[in-house]
Amino acid sequence: MWFLHKIRRDWFSSLRGDVLSGLVVALALIPEAIAFSLIAGVDPKVGLYASFCIAVVIAFAGGRPGMISAATGAMALLMVTLVRDHGLEYLLAATVLTGLLQIVAGYLRLADLMRFVSRSVVTGFVNALAILIFLAQLPELINVPAAVYPMVVAGLVIIYGLPRLTRVVPSPLVAIVVLTAVAIWVGIDVPTVGDKGDLPDALPVFLLPDIPWTLETLMIILPVSVTLMTVGLLESFLTAQIVDDLTDTPSNKHREATGQGLANITAGFFGGMAGCAMIGQSVINIKSGGRGRLSTLLAGVFLLLMVVFLGDWVGQIPMAALVAVMIMVSIGTFSWQSIGNLRVHPVTSSVVMLGTVVVTVATHDLAKGVLTGVLLSALGFARKVGQVLVVERSLDDDGLTRHYRVTGQVFFASADQFLSEFDFREVVEQVRIDVSDAHFWDLSAVGALDRVILKFRREGVEVELAGMDEASRTLVDRLGVADKPDAEKLLGH
Amino acid sequence: MKTTHYDIPADGKVMACLDGSGSHQAVTDYAAWASSRLQAALVCLHVLDHKTARPVEADYSGSIGLDAGSHLLDELVELEARHNRIAMQRGSALLKAACERAKAAGGVDARALQRHGPLFQALVELEETVRLFVLGKRGESAGLNTGHLGANLERVVRSVHRPTLVTPREFRDVQRFGIAFDGSTTTRKCVNMVAMSPLLQGLDCHLIVASDPSRTPEGLDWAQETLRDAGFEPMLQRESGHAERVITAQADRLALDLLVMGAYGHSRIRHLIVGSTTTAVLRHCDIPILLLR
Repeated sequence: MWFLHKIRRDWFSSLRGDVLSGLVVALALIPEAIAFSLIAGVDPKVGLYASFCIAVVIAFAGGRPGMISAATGAMALLMVTLVRDHGLEYLLAATVLTGLLQIVAGYLRLADLMRFVSRSVVTGFVNALAILIFLAQLPELINVPAAVYPMVVAGLVIIYGLPRLTRVVPSPLVAIVVLTAVAIWVGIDVPTVGDKGDLPDALPVFLLPDIPWTLETLMIILPVSVTLMTVGLLESFLTAQIVDDLTDTPSNKHREATGQGLANITAGFFGGMAGCAMIGQSVINIKSGGRGRLSTLLAGVFLLLMVVFLGDWVGQIPMAALVAVMIMVSIGTFSWQSIGNLRVHPVTSSVVMLGTVVVTVATHDLAKGVLTGVLLSALGFARKVGQVLVVERSLDDDGLTRHYRVTGQVFFASADQFLSEFDFREVVEQVRIDVSDAHFWDLSAVGALDRVILKFRREGVEVELAGMDEASRTLVDRLGVADKPDAEKLLGH
Repeated sequence: MKTTHYDIPADGKVMACLDGSGSHQAVTDYAAWASSRLQAALVCLHVLDHKTARPVEADYSGSIGLDAGSHLLDELVELEARHNRIAMQRGSALLKAACERAKAAGGVDARALQRHGPLFQALVELEETVRLFVLGKRGESAGLNTGHLGANLERVVRSVHRPTLVTPREFRDVQRFGIAFDGSTTTRKCVNMVAMSPLLQGLDCHLIVASDPSRTPEGLDWAQETLRDAGFEPMLQRESGHAERVITAQADRLALDLLVMGAYGHSRIRHLIVGSTTTAVLRHCDIPILLLR
């Protein structure tokens, strides 16, 4: 049967790979979920419950098999103020609202807007994310016992060194186990995960957020939820793109949006914080052989089982080990190629990338960073296309008629240049402006043409305009020109 | 050349869909047979569908280094490129052998064609210019499990709109054929298409009906008449019982060389619950089955 076939392909096409990668990912998720909870300012169990709920729900409802979603740094950073000012219950309510908004976004097919997010913005996004994750570790490195530093270094050595010897065991896990064992055995007094808040001791239970259900509450959580929705979907869509590329298979972004929504609603009701897809974890999953939905589901299930049954041990993990893992995550998330590319890529791309990074790091809000990036790339594009405008001049043999032939794009960014191409001081009897090879995209363009004609008339010149019908077709037809016969010509300029 | 019925291009090709399984020689033989009977061009198709998941190497290190994503992408691309190059070469060798075999068997000049992607998708994309698909009952991955259909077969039969000849593992010259008839629109189409196509012209024709003698399916007289007008001498074989059992038993008893039957209807839900005659017959009959929509 056809849909049984689909279920089999999505769930059981790589059973062995999915089970093993689910385990690897679960082990990698635990330190991250704890670290991200601490970033948000909540107990580690909030992030762990969230990771479990999100991973399990998205495994069924998501649009990209093989992608890992859980509590993330990008989302945690956006919650800090809400948690500090209003507390955990408001965060849970905001998480549910975020989910509802994401479902709406899925039905409105907002994923289509992703085409306005250029590659440079995406690079800026991951770089900013990496920097923020790294910065979030600094509190654990400042004003701490001296023993923390050698422990972090030792952790990093194990994480990066061990894979050179063997790739059979997850090196971050080994780093955590070794550092924890050493800390307990030697009796080093360093901050541990247990010092930072409660760990889960039971399975999550369904609870309504304990908040006043008033308009005032809504006004508090709505702005946070809108930002969370945006950032969550952005990171999910671009992670989905990465997984698409890695596996050479398509994904359904709209289904992913509603899936993220369902996952967040569930997380909110089970005491978890909002999350989204994770770039690093998804790469780890694919690398470990995970391809199907089963890998995501198992990552969530293994995570909860391990945390609930090993809770006492998890509490003993020194923060230094966690910091080492998070430094790895931040290094792995950063696009190091982009630094070298700064010299090679066009300046506009670099400006867009750096603008995204700077604004994000300054505001700790990836949504603002991306918005900046999108605006910058739009401006850069408008400027470039505005240069695609040529006005050729020729004079009649009798010297009485001046011909202007306009070719290219006339719109707000090129209207001034268009105006400056005409010589109003010249004394001729007649001016003929041929715009049949030009495109007038907006009212600024039409206004500029009107001014040209009026100026010539004032000088006593007779103006003849040719080809206005063709030129203004782009203005009148509000749909694209791709299906018109002159689309070719338009692109050819 | 005669025109065929129901929007099937009369100058369409016969397309033999090959894979590396044991049935590819039979597929070639039947395709060559069909192409010479239909006077249609023969195309041998090999579809590369190697999207099976495999990790680069067992890497459970769970760590991500510098630019982990793009490095992983490079590795995966390289790995798949290697696999696909080998598969491509294997496919061309297979196609070359098939073309030679068709030439030797029926003197047919076959053209070779390779495509990427899932089989059913490739066939749907190509069906515009195709008159008849020929494919093996058991695909490469299904092995020799009797009673087990090739994983791709059902998907293909459901997706394509062209007549499809599903072949067993051995070729046997076609002398006698049967048409499964129950009076439905699909089986009436079958009768019509058999009558209008040169494919089975001049062969012994049996009309198989699974029903009590008291309940004659509608249009049985019409069917016999139509076939007679087309130059066949249809012999009515009637037996009461389940369609699939009757068809299988009659095919055995009459030693039929080919069976014509309607392909799947469209209701997936219904098939999920009650099963489908087509699937059952495909599974149990060891003769070529011509499926018509």
